[in-house]
Amino acid sequence: MFRYIAKRLISMVPVLIGVTFVVFAIMYFTPGDPATLLLGEEAPQAEVERMRERMGLNDPFLVQYGNFLLGLVQLDLGLSLTTGRPVFNEIMNRLPATIRLAGAAILVAILIGVTAGIIASTRQYTIYDGGAMFIALLGVSMPNFWLGLMMILVFSVFWNNTFGYVLFPSSGFGTLRHLVMPAIVLGTAHAAFITRITRSSMLEVLRQDYIRTARSKGLSNRIVVYVHALRNALMPVVTMAGLRFGVLLGGSVVTEQIFAIPGMGRLLVESVRSQNYTLVQGIILTYAIIFSLVNLAVDLLYAAIDPRIKVQYK
Amino acid sequence: MATEATAVKTSARRKQRTKLQETWRRLKKNHWSMGGLILIVLLGLVAIFAEQIAPYGYNEQDYMNMLQGPSRQNLLGTDNLGRDVFSRIIHGSRLSLSIGFITTAIGLSVGGFLGALAAFYGGRIDNLIMRFMDVILAIPGFIFAIALVTALGPSLTNLMIAVGINTIPYFARIIRSSVMSTKENEFVEAARVIGSSDLWIIFKHLIPNSLAPILVQATLRIGDTIIIASGLSFLGLGAQPPLPEWGALLSAGRGYLRVAWWMATFPGIAIMITVLAFNLLGDGLRDALDPRLKN
Repeated sequence: MFRYIAKRLISMVPVLIGVTFVVFAIMYFTPGDPATLLLGEEAPQAEVERMRERMGLNDPFLVQYGNFLLGLVQLDLGLSLTTGRPVFNEIMNRLPATIRLAGAAILVAILIGVTAGIIASTRQYTIYDGGAMFIALLGVSMPNFWLGLMMILVFSVFWNNTFGYVLFPSSGFGTLRHLVMPAIVLGTAHAAFITRITRSSMLEVLRQDYIRTARSKGLSNRIVVYVHALRNALMPVVTMAGLRFGVLLGGSVVTEQIFAIPGMGRLLVESVRSQNYTLVQGIILTYAIIFSLVNLAVDLLYAAIDPRIKVQYK
Repeated sequence: MATEATAVKTSARRKQRTKLQETWRRLKKNHWSMGGLILIVLLGLVAIFAEQIAPYGYNEQDYMNMLQGPSRQNLLGTDNLGRDVFSRIIHGSRLSLSIGFITTAIGLSVGGFLGALAAFYGGRIDNLIMRFMDVILAIPGFIFAIALVTALGPSLTNLMIAVGINTIPYFARIIRSSVMSTKENEFVEAARVIGSSDLWIIFKHLIPNSLAPILVQATLRIGDTIIIASGLSFLGLGAQPPLPEWGALLSAGRGYLRVAWWMATFPGIAIMITVLAFNLLGDGLRDALDPRLKN
């Protein structure tokens, strides 16, 4: 098991180095001079030139990239061009809110998705199946920012107009009540996606011979479905849900925007608007690292579910 | 000799056609997908005849008639500048559908070409191309698109380029695996023997044979790209005012949510119906082209 983890960790490194290169290159070729942005438009030319020298902006591209990588391994991502504070600290301030939101959303998605998928597959071609699949289809077709606005409209605006109080607050962060709407908004598309894969995967597994054997042994339907079928059916679900986690991270940017959550996504949009390139660069890298770590976790989980992988790396 | 060749050609073509007909026959039996297809055709007609259908221009302002709810004159109400929301959505269908098709076309052509090259030559080229695709896929798509739009500057064209680049790896992967499995066929060797160039073999023989998975992927991607693009416009990083792109309409409606619910509600429904249509068709195509479900 340890060798497996080590192997996966090592295989992550070249991809992440590639990511740093792509992100650095994009920001390098973005018009706008970071030194001018940091000092302001009115700064004298000589001052800007000195700053450019100090920030290493006059070095060749590869030297700059090398310095960027050197800084990166020491967790130094440069300075924010608007506040002058270290980018790393700015990101760390905003990271907890994003992780909390994404975690809550994935929890919502798994709970709803797996449950609905099981119900649909064990009652194939009934109204439950049709209903669950139709709702799931709507769920994957709906832009989450629209769902967010609609939920605010219903649970904050209309609810307040009718009952005189706000059921779920539409902005802010901190309490569980603040988290309900954003988690549902961000989790819905993922839940719909998980429902669809769980159903098709369960249907495939339920047709297998060993399921028939289990049934003919006289095991109850519940044990056959939850113990024998579900464990195997969940494997593709885990893989696909992990791969699609990137979509969820992307969705969190918009969700944070709608519900005024002080997370990384909001910081990203603010930085794009204020042309704060060092911060944009750092945030994108952080998202890529989170995404890679989640996929690593998925692989480990996969190994835990599937004993064949464990045996390979004994 | 010549007649023999034409005979082989026509029989091959007939076989191709029957495969297509077979797919169409199975697709027709799926009512949901046909519903999706009909919806897509209708949306296409709406986009083409937007000028004729919309009662007002997309930027026709009426300061005496601002933020009015749905009525006989303004079916879906008016916005903060007195513009007819229904007309803006109708005109917006042109933008959102073009975004869907153009971004997917970018991803399909570039990704398809790279994927075919990778599979055809294998070895170092394959490794180089596919590792680069892995790198792009390691950055969450929406966030990568934000980075590209930051570099290119927010506009409709740059939005399409950014979202298009995003879809490249998906097509590259699919076409690579499909070409990998077809390139071992005898007809490829035959083509090589008669002196066809590599590019000719790739474009004439290998890519057409990968049509089924490409078609499914493209149909499902169009829906995805419409959502991603409207999300970027929602953040102000895509279509700029006064363009009636659906995401931009939603973004404008957000500020008036408490006084004019219709401004944000209807553009979202338009996006949902469009994406739903492509998803329905894509799901149906996948089932119809799946050899395992053939009976």
